[in-house]
Amino acid sequence: MKCLVAGMSENSFNLDARRLLCPLPVIRTQDRIKELVAGDLLKVTCTDPGALVDIPSWCRIHGHEVISTDTVDRDIIIRILVK
Amino acid sequence: MGQQQRKAVALISGGLDSMLAARVVKDQGIHVEGLNFFTGFCVEGHTHAIRRVGKNKPKRNNSLWVAEQLGIKLHIIDVIEEYKDIVLNPAHGYGQNLNPCLDCKIFMVNKAKAWCEENKFDFIFTGEVVGQRPKSQRRETLPIIARESGADDRLLRPLCAKNLPATLPERESWVDREALFDFHGRNRKPQIALAESLGFSEYAQPAGGCCFLTDKAYAGKLADLWQSRGERDYELDDIMLLKVGRHLRPKPHYKLIVSREEGENNYLSGYRNEFISLESKSCNGPLALLDGEPRDDDIEQAAAIVARYGQGRDAEEVLVEVRMKNGDLRELSIKPLAADEVPGSWHV
Repeated sequence: MKCLVAGMSENSFNLDARRLLCPLPVIRTQDRIKELVAGDLLKVTCTDPGALVDIPSWCRIHGHEVISTDTVDRDIIIRILVK
Repeated sequence: MGQQQRKAVALISGGLDSMLAARVVKDQGIHVEGLNFFTGFCVEGHTHAIRRVGKNKPKRNNSLWVAEQLGIKLHIIDVIEEYKDIVLNPAHGYGQNLNPCLDCKIFMVNKAKAWCEENKFDFIFTGEVVGQRPKSQRRETLPIIARESGADDRLLRPLCAKNLPATLPERESWVDREALFDFHGRNRKPQIALAESLGFSEYAQPAGGCCFLTDKAYAGKLADLWQSRGERDYELDDIMLLKVGRHLRPKPHYKLIVSREEGENNYLSGYRNEFISLESKSCNGPLALLDGEPRDDDIEQAAAIVARYGQGRDAEEVLVEVRMKNGDLRELSIKPLAADEVPGSWHV
């Protein structure tokens, strides 16, 4: 995968948080990001619409960057650049 | 040489008191971060995610929102498994329902203490106010929390500190005790006035608290779950499902969870491989999960109940699809139960 965003590494990771209700998608995201390094990209897939608010909020608080949010059928996909 | 900046961790519930406490301590030049514990019983998040009721309200986690307003980091910690022992065996007993409030607070402060030690923070603080809550926030119980959590005098309550003995952060002048408060009792006016003076125009005011265990109806459903299984235990899915739908137990060996709206239908449909499910096909109606080991006549009774809660309730017959856990389907043409055929005693 080509780097599209400044500071992004070659490493991208997936997190499946479907069927979990908030705050569990946030907790799973938080715990996964702890294991990653700056420049990594994490793609979180979830189904709770609350995650569209809560995960970006958590990212802002902790200084990570939400690259995009998309909705595909009932899946919500949030891409995060780890800072 | 400049003085070392002290670090404190706040228990952030998302309500007004912890928000105020965090702001007061932060304004004294302390580095503040927040902790929020997810027990599985938190009112935050789930019901508004499942139900469409109140869909115009912001779908947000208030603890995250508070942290963002304050400009502090918030760490949300999953304590679902560890918390079971608090719910099942509270050393200090339950409050009015199945709420183990005092043990819960001791548990959370103890977790915060461990977090402090791991992250080299100096003290813990909460938004507790002496006399505000009947079980955990009484003059007699606040010292119990400090002692049994192990936090001792590293536990500060900024909103009522002047009513309590000075803690280590006060004695060491890490915080100025004179700039803390002497709130007490259930009167919320001092908190509201402080919020105004700090420029907070918006804050969450959860009606009935932040924990489902304080809710009489919810506690009744949990007690019924334990009784029907013959043991006091639970998994996360169990306690989530207690938040959803109408729960009816027509017979001791089976219970129905009947959705009340589209959002609940969608949520319950995610459990169709774990439960027998029923849904009316000839008209709009709810999805229901059947928990237990029903006989054939029980399934017919369940179908008649499901038909009762759909748009075909006045029809002679309603076609109800029954889906077994393995995916096998069968259809039942059934007369819906009349209102007076669903006794109040069935409602859990």
